[in-house]
Amino acid sequence: MQDFADSIAIKVKFVLPKLLGASKCYNLIMNKFFEFLNSSVGRKWLMALTGLFLCLFVVVHMSGNLALFKSDGGLAFNQYAVFMTTFPPIKVVSYINYALILLHALNGFYLVYRNKKARPVKYEGKKDNGPVSWSSRNMGLLGSILFVFIILHMGNFWREFHFSPMEVLRYTTNGVTGETQIAAIPYEQFVGPKHYYENGNEIVIVKNLYGEVAEAFTSPLYVLFYVISMFALSFHLMHGFQSAFQTLGIRAQNFKGIIQGIGTAVFGVLIPLLFAAMPVYFLFFK
Amino acid sequence: MTLDSKIPAGPLSEKWDRHKFNLKLVNPSNKRRYDVIIVGTGLAGASAAASLAELGYNVKTFCFQDSPRRAHSIAAQGGINAAKNYRNDGDSVYRLFYDTVKGGDYRAREANVHRLAQVSVNIIDQCVAQGVPFAREYGGLLDNRSFGGAQVSRTFYARGQTGQQLLLGAYSAMNRQIGTGMVKSFTRHEMLELVMVDGQARGIIARDLVTGEIERHSAHAVVLCTGGYGNVFYLTTYARGSNGTAIWRAHKKGAFFGNPCFTQIHPTCIPVSGDHQSKLTLMSESLRNDGRIWVPKKKDDARRPADIPEEERDYYLERIYPSFGNLVPRDIASRAAKGMCDKGFGVGTTKLAVYLDFKDAIQRLGQKAVEAKYGNLFDMYKQITGEDPYSSPMMIYPAVHYTMGGLWVDYNLMTTVPGLYACGEANFSDHGANRLGASALMQGLADGYFVLPYTIGDYLASEERKPVSNDSPEFMEAEKQVKDRLNKLLSIKGKKTVHEYHRELGLLMWEHCGMGRTATGLTEGINKIKALREEFWQNLLVPGVDLELNQNLEKAGRVADFLELGELMMHDALNRNESCGGHFREEYQTPEGEALRDDENYCYVAAWEYKGENQMEELHKEQLTFDEVHLTQRSYK
Amino acid sequence: MSGNMNITLKVWRQKNKSDAGRFETYQAKHISPDMSFLEMMDVMNEQLIKDGKDPVAFDHDCREGICGMCSMYINGRAHGPNKGVTTCQLHMRSFKSGDTIVVEPWRASAFPVLKDLIVDRAAFDRIQQAGGFVGINTGSAPDANSIPIQKHLAEEAFNAAACIGCGACVAACKNSSAMLFMSAKVSQYALLPQGQPERKLRVLNMMKAHEEAGFGACTNTEACEAECPKGISVTNIARLNRDFVAASFTGE
Repeated sequence: MQDFADSIAIKVKFVLPKLLGASKCYNLIMNKFFEFLNSSVGRKWLMALTGLFLCLFVVVHMSGNLALFKSDGGLAFNQYAVFMTTFPPIKVVSYINYALILLHALNGFYLVYRNKKARPVKYEGKKDNGPVSWSSRNMGLLGSILFVFIILHMGNFWREFHFSPMEVLRYTTNGVTGETQIAAIPYEQFVGPKHYYENGNEIVIVKNLYGEVAEAFTSPLYVLFYVISMFALSFHLMHGFQSAFQTLGIRAQNFKGIIQGIGTAVFGVLIPLLFAAMPVYFLFFK
Repeated sequence: MTLDSKIPAGPLSEKWDRHKFNLKLVNPSNKRRYDVIIVGTGLAGASAAASLAELGYNVKTFCFQDSPRRAHSIAAQGGINAAKNYRNDGDSVYRLFYDTVKGGDYRAREANVHRLAQVSVNIIDQCVAQGVPFAREYGGLLDNRSFGGAQVSRTFYARGQTGQQLLLGAYSAMNRQIGTGMVKSFTRHEMLELVMVDGQARGIIARDLVTGEIERHSAHAVVLCTGGYGNVFYLTTYARGSNGTAIWRAHKKGAFFGNPCFTQIHPTCIPVSGDHQSKLTLMSESLRNDGRIWVPKKKDDARRPADIPEEERDYYLERIYPSFGNLVPRDIASRAAKGMCDKGFGVGTTKLAVYLDFKDAIQRLGQKAVEAKYGNLFDMYKQITGEDPYSSPMMIYPAVHYTMGGLWVDYNLMTTVPGLYACGEANFSDHGANRLGASALMQGLADGYFVLPYTIGDYLASEERKPVSNDSPEFMEAEKQVKDRLNKLLSIKGKKTVHEYHRELGLLMWEHCGMGRTATGLTEGINKIKALREEFWQNLLVPGVDLELNQNLEKAGRVADFLELGELMMHDALNRNESCGGHFREEYQTPEGEALRDDENYCYVAAWEYKGENQMEELHKEQLTFDEVHLTQRSYK
Repeated sequence: MSGNMNITLKVWRQKNKSDAGRFETYQAKHISPDMSFLEMMDVMNEQLIKDGKDPVAFDHDCREGICGMCSMYINGRAHGPNKGVTTCQLHMRSFKSGDTIVVEPWRASAFPVLKDLIVDRAAFDRIQQAGGFVGINTGSAPDANSIPIQKHLAEEAFNAAACIGCGACVAACKNSSAMLFMSAKVSQYALLPQGQPERKLRVLNMMKAHEEAGFGACTNTEACEAECPKGISVTNIARLNRDFVAASFTGE
């Protein structure tokens, strides 16, 4: 008993101040952090870091979606969808991703608000912006289009996939011939995605997200919206990618070319083009 | 009243150090009880404000621009001299002193000039420590060039923007003190009157140029760092706002005016192109290091410069002054250009220009090297004239650039009014009758950083340590005078604008008191300027009211003062029956046409005392003695 | 007068800070192509005075492109259509007779209009007062050559220090951000050894003053660099961003 009391006393005497000190230090760091975030450079750093993460996400998302082009009745794509929604680390990352999208958007809106306040009276003279790119002047607009797109996009596919009754398919691939047979399973019998081997056949039971996608892309209006959004993505990233590096202070002369090259070729052209190709492909070729 | 220059005794090289020791000191804790007003925030004003505030004085600064950083010191291009002898080419404090006295045509005070040369080395140290990005060599040490008539390389520079960088350095030091609250900066404020209480300078009346309000500011001492009054000539290289109002107001309150006629005409400016012109642009003197000046040998030669063969060109500076050639001092180069044009050899549409040719330099060094050295100047020339100086020679003509004259000050930089100081171009002290290139920046900073902070303490130490009231009868009276004057300007409601009067005054000054002066011309000029002044006060048209931002009203006050100051300049020029430096009386020249000094009768500073409206001013003479440098005729042949 | 160009000017008129302001149209006649834009304004103003009207107030001083006082937004561009010049260096030969030119003041909440085309740029001074200096007193400096500085660093510092504080960067920026102006000063000192002791404190304090003045944030449109009469590079902004983050988390 005495020992216990002593140990409590020692803890109070020595450990508590340390803990308090640590929390003080923590407070100090947090104060600095919030102060930093309150400055326009801090806000821009937040934009840049979240933006670059989202760039990375776009690359991953796009490469996974390439499975849509595979003529396997959606097997690869549906499996990819399962992997993305069940593999724990990816799941965690995806929730971080949602949060960052939100943060990026809200912070963006705040910056636009603040920047508008800094220029209360607009110019009358004809708008001649010289060498200044259109996209750099319209990041707020482009971002808003993308935000709407993301909401609709998630409503269409993510919500459906997670919460709605959906066609369930059973893919049976013959281990010898490699042929795959597809059969529908009533949704009521679906107890989660399955992947197993039976009699030398590979069995995959999944929700048919592929089918949802294919169906969605039969609407020309939706495809048009999708394609427009990808234009927005192109312009948003063409400026955004290289702008992020400038904000982070990475701008040596020899770097500048490389960063701008990647920004334009990969994020401005390649990725939006491939994304846009998907609905077009389904609308016209399926 | 006799003039006491207060030059300390002792050998020349020890005067300043001894003097510093003998000056009274103000106890550090008492310094904050003294207020100092500084008018003008150029090199002299900003450096003085910063240094005085660092010492602990309460400083108030005033400038008419929207920021202290815009003072016209910013436009100085070439460089700043300092006797560092970093080039091992035989420079020394003594040589800089010697060159400056000789360059000034023996009309400057030896003791002042020596002090200037002494502190020149500290200025460079100070500026480098402030982060002024001077030009450097690959080894990392400071670069130098030779400049305007010096045979050693002692000029430190920051591309063609040395004045800008030095001013921003002084401005930064001042900003630091504004941040600490030791300096209170009043921008868009113009001093319109000096206030005297019991024979001492105790404050100023200033107008807030935004609201038009008249304000009374009191202090224990007032320092004028308001630059030169060259804008009396209208077309000059000065900024449009540069004016003589502060020093003229002080003059009318008892500060003597020293050598008002000493004006520097800079040889390399872009010629006038038409009567719309509002100012002249200077092309740095450094251009003369590589450019060759010439005119056609044939009168009224209408050929394009490229079509004139080498043997038909007269490189007149190289011909007349073989040892200095194109690098002769400014007064000589300017006068030679005027002489050539007067004889009918001028070029361009107005025939008032000479060529400055870089053909040989481009051949010798390559276009790239010339571009690296003078690129920004060539661009500037092209912007203004629309012509490319790489392919055809520049045209240049002299223009008013600096006034060596100014308020008379003693060794402590105090005027004849106790408690009133003048620093930089506003005083008359260090350049004699002609200023050497790269010496204006040196003098402005020397006064502000290293002279005034010592000498002002000597005065303040004996002042009472209680605040000076700003609602004494003297202040009220001065305020009323200022308001009356503004109302008078506004109430004339005549026909001619202030710009028209200014232009007319400028032409008159240039004609009668410009590069070549004669007794008859000056007498005529004096009559003309009197008539013009009279007309001004009857036929001026100033739009608007006083309680608003009114740029024409601001300008009207300045031109009104120029109309009086211009007359004094002519009286001074008429009085000085000799030619020296920038003052060239055509009656007094050597057979070869060089300035002929009269050391027997005119080896003095002419200090003029104001005697009342339309009264002839009284001349006081401060005899100059030359113990170190012997009076000889300047020769640059 | 001396020329044959006729110009129609649509100029912003505003009596004082509290006036709402409006555009007025004026004719400038007999303009010479050799006139600078400000000389053209002079001609117009002289006519206005003679006609009994209030002349247009505008800031100007050195008229050789170095003091940074002139500040006109001409036809949708800061300092007009030409690159690398201030308004006073813009000549009428850049326009055609018969042109209509729209002239406006700098627009930013941090630069309130005082009258017509004159704005209050005191916010720039406040940013400089917050940290745009090396904190040394007069007289305490060591010999100028005691610290060698690499030539290219000195040159780069000069390039940043060449800023004339005219405010064209703020005027051109769609967010009215003063990042280019501020970063030029931060960079000048960051590149030189003399600036190191206060490097972190400086960037924090200057940034704070920037925010308090109500300037916007940088969107990296680089309009500032394009319109800067002295060609100050946005590389300076990148340096400021770097320094600011470092200072935010490791500074005092």
